[in-house]
Amino acid sequence: MNIVVLVKYIPNPEGTPEMGPDHRLKREGVEGALDPGDEHSVEAALQLAGSDGEVTLVTMGPEAAVGALRRGLSMGGHKGVHVLDDSLKGADVLVTARVLAAVVKRQAGFDLVLAGVESTDGYTGTLPMAVAELLDLPNVTFARKVEVADGTLKVERQTEAGYDEVECPLPAVVTVTAGANEPRYPTLKGIMQAKQKPMDTLSVSDLGLSAEDVKATQEVMGLEPVAAKEAGEVIEDPEEAPGRVVEFLTKAKVI
Amino acid sequence: MATTEARRAAGTGSPAALDPLDFLDVDALLSDEERMIRDATRGWVRDRILPGIEGWFDRGEFPTEVAGELGQLGLLGMHLTGYGCAGTNAVSYGLACMELEAGDSGFRSFVSVQGSLAMFPIWKFGSEEQKQEWLPRMAAGEVIGCFGLTEPDFGSDPSNMRTAARREGPDWVLNGTKMWITSGGIAGLAVVWARTDEGIRGFLVPRGTPGFSTKDIERKLSLRASVTSELVLEDCRLPEEAVLPGVTGLKGPLSCLSEARYGIVWGAMGAARSCYQTALEYAKSRVQFGKPIGGFQLTQEKLADMLVELNKGVLLALHLGRMKDEGRVRPEHVSLGKLNNVREALAIARQARTILGANGITLEYPVIRHMNNLESVLTYEGTSEIHTLILGQAITGLAAFD
Repeated sequence: MNIVVLVKYIPNPEGTPEMGPDHRLKREGVEGALDPGDEHSVEAALQLAGSDGEVTLVTMGPEAAVGALRRGLSMGGHKGVHVLDDSLKGADVLVTARVLAAVVKRQAGFDLVLAGVESTDGYTGTLPMAVAELLDLPNVTFARKVEVADGTLKVERQTEAGYDEVECPLPAVVTVTAGANEPRYPTLKGIMQAKQKPMDTLSVSDLGLSAEDVKATQEVMGLEPVAAKEAGEVIEDPEEAPGRVVEFLTKAKVI
Repeated sequence: MATTEARRAAGTGSPAALDPLDFLDVDALLSDEERMIRDATRGWVRDRILPGIEGWFDRGEFPTEVAGELGQLGLLGMHLTGYGCAGTNAVSYGLACMELEAGDSGFRSFVSVQGSLAMFPIWKFGSEEQKQEWLPRMAAGEVIGCFGLTEPDFGSDPSNMRTAARREGPDWVLNGTKMWITSGGIAGLAVVWARTDEGIRGFLVPRGTPGFSTKDIERKLSLRASVTSELVLEDCRLPEEAVLPGVTGLKGPLSCLSEARYGIVWGAMGAARSCYQTALEYAKSRVQFGKPIGGFQLTQEKLADMLVELNKGVLLALHLGRMKDEGRVRPEHVSLGKLNNVREALAIARQARTILGANGITLEYPVIRHMNNLESVLTYEGTSEIHTLILGQAITGLAAFD
């Protein structure tokens, strides 16, 4: 199986992100890493690809984004594609999807495209669907388990109530949840081999896209902090507490 | 921990903010690969060591199941080449030691012994058959190794060891006792050094060899998450193939110790970093007299001293690592590193303990655990006294010991 994984390099996943004067996340010169959510799709890809398959990691981003590819390659990915182009700064979801879809199209004979459910920095959660649409491929989201049998994709799709069993033909675009697997640690050998693995760096024109194709149509006008949640009620009297809890749960129609 | 790319991008703008944990931006002196190896080790320590260490240390246990995980990661014999070893440079090995010891000296000790004291002599002085038989399984963590040089009565003075091997027909027969042997009780293979008519030779003694037994040392108050044992050899008969063919004399075991000591130069700074980091966080949050104690001059002096020695020690370790990778490092250089870095790590640990006050004596914080561990590290692999005398001899040309 040949699998393409869409990965993202995000600034400082464990710290507090900084916003620039353009109301966008500061990405330049900030420490970053492979989006922790993407480690699950890389892991899923490595498991599905098996010993004879190939896992191609694709990212779009500034120079530092190559770090996301290296991390995925050190986990066991086979090759990386980095779309690096100044004109992509400030790209919105649609532009990013056009770029990534163009890269995927160039991967001859791919069977499956995997991505995280949403990025840990932007949280739009819409990119994989846009890529699927542009590639005219079926899209299954929130996969907590992905299997391929007889050329058919079988997915357990996480829902609020449990999970759905979904089947669809290949190739397809699938988003993988953090519950799908436990990502492996990169091994020392993997880290040392990563730099020997093929890595393509492509520009917008290499992908056959025009300046119009990569022009963002969204503009961030301003930023508002999310309203803080109201503090909960604290009941300190142990005599009173059980009754009040039951009352609350009854009102909420939970019990 | 930024990549080179991010760093280059940053170079055009304002200087990066000061990082209390990498004040001198030593990160910038590392290659991407070295940083990735460091981060992979740090991640493993965070996930696998830190959650359990309090309990292991308290109960005096070493969780042997981690051997396989360390092998899977590639940390066992990582600086050796071939036979399933990762083949990293010396700096990467040092960085891994630092991260492991920031977890606990017991785990760094385990990795040091496995890679530098048990695998290294086989890799360096062993026959092809010995290498094939042992190294791949040791690199995978399937076979744990130990190193028997020190004896109950001969520590700094190994040349007078009593353990002896005599030829009997085609075989060797070993008698003697080795003491303070890390991983002895869990080892599947002991590399034992014994005197022979030809000089000191190394012997590979597999667990289960008749006449070979081990006894763990109990009631330690240091390196509690590590197995320390006595090895007993009573008419232990070994075939000729058990001898390491490539070396005769004390230079065999001493070259292994120099390898392991190099890892300690880094490891000690890992323990020191953990203590400094704990003290710094504590000082910023602990309020006395209405303000965080980090705002008092006496505490700031302690923290600044810790910062200075920690950064000097890391730079020293990195310098020795670069020298080692260029083939220029001498045992005397490593002695300087071990003497300084373990001494300063212990001073940092003690200083950190004072910042934590009474909390500093409990296992809820890592400080006293590191402090107790470092007491062993100060003594093993060449005591601070012997390293002092090695330096004294190196600069005066006059030996103060034989």
